Amino acid sequence: MTVTEHGSGTEVGRDRRRKEDARLITGRTMWTENITLPGMLHLAILRSPMAHARISHVDVSPARHLPGVIDAFCGRDIADIQGALACAWPVTEDTVVPDYPPLAVDEVRHTGEPVAVVAARDRASAQDALEAIEIDYEPLPVVMDMEAALTADSPLVHSAQGTNKSYTWIFDSAEAGTGGAVADAEAEAEVVLSRRYRQQRLVPAFMEPRSVVVDPTGDQITMWSATQIPHILRLMLAMCTGTPEHKIRVIAPDVGGGFGGKLQITPEEFITFAAARRLNRPVKYVESRSESMLSAHHGRDQIQDITLSARGDGTITGLSVKLLANMGAYLGIVTPGVPILGAFMFNAIYKVPAYRFECTGVFTNTTKTDAYRGAGRPEATYAIERLMDELAAELDLDPIELRRRNWINHDEFPYTTVAGLTYDSGNYEAATDHAMQLFDYDALRREQAERRASGDPIQLGIGVSTYTEMCGLAPSRILGQLRYGAGGWESASVRMLPTGKVEVVTGTSPHGQGHETAWSQIVADQLGVPFEDVEVLHGDTRTSHKGLDTYGSRSLAVGGTALVNACQKVVDKAKPIAAHLLECDPSDLEFTDGQFRVKGSPSSAKTLADCALAVFTSHEMPDGVEPTLDADATYDPDNFSFPHGTHLCATEVDTETGRVTIRSYVAVDDVGRVVNPLIVEGQVHGGIAQGVAQALYEEAVYDADGNLMTGTFVDYTVPSPADLPDFVTGRTETPAPGHPLGAKGVGEAGTIASTPAVVNAVVDALRPAGVTDVAMPCTPERVWQAIQAAQQKSATEGGDR
Amino acid sequence: MIPAAFEYTRPSSVDGAVQALAEGGEDAKILAGGQSLIPMLRLRFAAPSVLVDLGGVGGMRDIHDDGEHIVVGAMATHHDVMSNQLIREHAPLIAQATATVADRQVRHLGTFGGSLAHADPAGDLPGVASALDATFEVAGPSGRRMVSASEFFVDYLTTAMEPDELLVAVHIPKLTGWGTHYEKFNRVAQAWALVGVAAAVRRSNGTITEARVALTNMGTTPVRAHGVEEALADAPADEGTLRDAAARAAEGTSPTSDLSASADYRAHLATVLTRRALHAAGGL
Repeated sequence: MTVTEHGSGTEVGRDRRRKEDARLITGRTMWTENITLPGMLHLAILRSPMAHARISHVDVSPARHLPGVIDAFCGRDIADIQGALACAWPVTEDTVVPDYPPLAVDEVRHTGEPVAVVAARDRASAQDALEAIEIDYEPLPVVMDMEAALTADSPLVHSAQGTNKSYTWIFDSAEAGTGGAVADAEAEAEVVLSRRYRQQRLVPAFMEPRSVVVDPTGDQITMWSATQIPHILRLMLAMCTGTPEHKIRVIAPDVGGGFGGKLQITPEEFITFAAARRLNRPVKYVESRSESMLSAHHGRDQIQDITLSARGDGTITGLSVKLLANMGAYLGIVTPGVPILGAFMFNAIYKVPAYRFECTGVFTNTTKTDAYRGAGRPEATYAIERLMDELAAELDLDPIELRRRNWINHDEFPYTTVAGLTYDSGNYEAATDHAMQLFDYDALRREQAERRASGDPIQLGIGVSTYTEMCGLAPSRILGQLRYGAGGWESASVRMLPTGKVEVVTGTSPHGQGHETAWSQIVADQLGVPFEDVEVLHGDTRTSHKGLDTYGSRSLAVGGTALVNACQKVVDKAKPIAAHLLECDPSDLEFTDGQFRVKGSPSSAKTLADCALAVFTSHEMPDGVEPTLDADATYDPDNFSFPHGTHLCATEVDTETGRVTIRSYVAVDDVGRVVNPLIVEGQVHGGIAQGVAQALYEEAVYDADGNLMTGTFVDYTVPSPADLPDFVTGRTETPAPGHPLGAKGVGEAGTIASTPAVVNAVVDALRPAGVTDVAMPCTPERVWQAIQAAQQKSATEGGDR
Repeated sequence: MIPAAFEYTRPSSVDGAVQALAEGGEDAKILAGGQSLIPMLRLRFAAPSVLVDLGGVGGMRDIHDDGEHIVVGAMATHHDVMSNQLIREHAPLIAQATATVADRQVRHLGTFGGSLAHADPAGDLPGVASALDATFEVAGPSGRRMVSASEFFVDYLTTAMEPDELLVAVHIPKLTGWGTHYEKFNRVAQAWALVGVAAAVRRSNGTITEARVALTNMGTTPVRAHGVEEALADAPADEGTLRDAAARAAEGTSPTSDLSASADYRAHLATVLTRRALHAAGGL
């Protein structure tokens, strides 16, 4: 017997550099784009230049004769095999779900919609040949604006549906029995504030453009795709094309970012799948950045009418929300559900006695929207946190004091909210106190007063955001109640190899998050094996046959629990084998630091590796014991998890130019117990950056004819590190009680929290000038115009007096 | 995206490049650092028949002192220029402005001459060259000629060079006893300027003896702010003078309205940024 050094249960909580980073950063790995197969053809896709048109004529034959071209086809040519894209989340019984052909057949409904395809021996030839395709469009009227789309005489995106409304979804606390009636609250309130906020449309802007390779070999079809959801993709390919599920293998190799933008079943995946079957050869499609900006789904795009009623002391008495959510021209995999996730978050961390939420999904001639980092929760958090600052200003209260008067105190958990969720844990007081201390809140308020008094052209603003979110998606039972098409469980398998090394198979599908590292840390502690001895396998439906993939900050909260449970099963299976090897009774053994020791006789021990080898040889197994240590676990959470935190932002606003500069930014997040602080830090930094981007920089803009004006990174201004401040981060740890690791999830927290913190700071800087809102993104020109408008208004009002 | 097919030639001398341009006809295009041209090719906004790559032409990256001027080879990269001692000493305005061009990767590939010949009014260097009264040395089939900055920039992406000509070098007058500053305003750090102001101010005993101000992105070419320059000639070097002069910055300009900024906002920015640029250049 060899005695090896085992971990001491201290991997979880340790700053581990990420195992996967060397290959990801150098690019020396398998991205979908790198894959080359014998005889592989390259696809190029012709996309509609029209936002709405009938396709009256297509002739692909001129392209077929060009050098290198093997095939060219249009929607009609593959109409019988391409299948239709499905929406997995029709949120109401009568949600309008229009037909969604991957390659348009008769009509196009947004610019960038695929209309024809060329397959060639190389990508350049395919691209060149697109120009030879002849296609005639009969223009149809376009509708871009949601409110216009809902008027009786609006042009229809889908004329067969007779409406541009996809659905209206309502939650009312009086009807649900979770609270009172908003109308009563508003009638009795001392203060009623109503505001309209706009969530501009955003582009997820993942680093690796989407790409897909399909290889039909025999009757097995393998698809590699730069996707977040290989398991859901396999299922949808089977269900929507009629190909038997067991004949499809989907692989997400290393994937370069997603942010929800690759939580999608895409037309391009279906087109490539159809092309491979039509040609019976491997085919590859890699989108250009321009195509990605134009046709990969967008995020946000809501109009939010929100009303808060309160007593004179700031106590909230009611909240009502009316949303218009832009679906785009079609429904993607979870398009209608994204704003509904927000329904549970408008009440945020506050004790709200009455709540009403109504959301209408609207079709327009735009690229479809769907999940983007936070998905529904950033939108909700923005609106309520903006309005809390407005209420504080209205009542002349400090915005933090107003929040204190309304939030759920730490001794009130578990707390069932007016939206019907039960928050399991939290300590908003602790996070806020810590943030204020890191921020030096009082000193900044003093400086703000001085600058106001001296009329400094550079004004200082302080923005507050106290957020929570629901993540760890999700309890299957609740998803079912919300009419989501799948469950929210997750799966993990642990395979003990004969040499004591460990292979872990996860059903989550990392695309930059660092699961290989975090999962290894968990396994190292659970099984007492070295961190380096764990290999984490993911993203291939042949090795990981079961899983629901990665989104909604679910991987650690749900998949991590499955992993802990699987590890426990391995230990349970090894115990009788160790007892047999030690010639003792299993009840005499304890398992610590990777060793089974006989209680009271510490020198007698067997490692898991010993047991693994014993199982491999099976020469000496106890009677009736199955010779394996391998174990699977599937975990379905009882509840969401609820990270929370307090973000404080100080902005300097140049009143002469309108430029906003973030002076300091403090984020205190409570994401429960932390597996790897370095990974959490990275998630928080990136999350804040994306939230700041919405507040100050990014917006996808269409013109009235439906052309995307922000089709490149020249016009769609993603900030770089040079535009962002140093982030000061802190943590409080309130472990999630329902989770064996106490982890809550961190993927979206920074994005959810930061947008309102920044805009609140911008408005706070300008409040003495009479500014009460600046539309996002708060570009220098918008800020400057807001100042001009407030000055004009004050001049006019002065004149009236 | 992938560019349309094109021929490619890499001459080793200026004469060879001129010849290649002549042979290529109207659809031939010069490739310098490629930081503007390659994106246009990839988006298929441009589809030249032949690219004449100047990367193999010897001596075109040199920067030297000819007594009155610093002569910058057209193929000197932005990084070459901003780190060059002659430039830092005699034309610090160029070094400062060049450091704001795009990002580090672009500055190591993009060229001084390419940026000027591209004549994008949103580019930083045309305005700077204009403020410095630079002279452009152009080679063509009939030899070389010198073009002044005021004549070089003709229209949006258009210079006084003929299709069969190429930019060889730029002659920058040495400014001794001047203060200079480039004030740039953009949406994100690596973006083009919404508006930029290149200012050079000469002071003597509390008086501004001469000022030159050129504006980036306030028209289809870089624009000299003549109203500002007039107001500052032999004027007292004080706050009020600068403010009043800067208020005239947008006079006679015709900035565009686009996604990034409206014309009115650009006009407003021009006045604020001019005041700040003069402030810094004048050492006030």
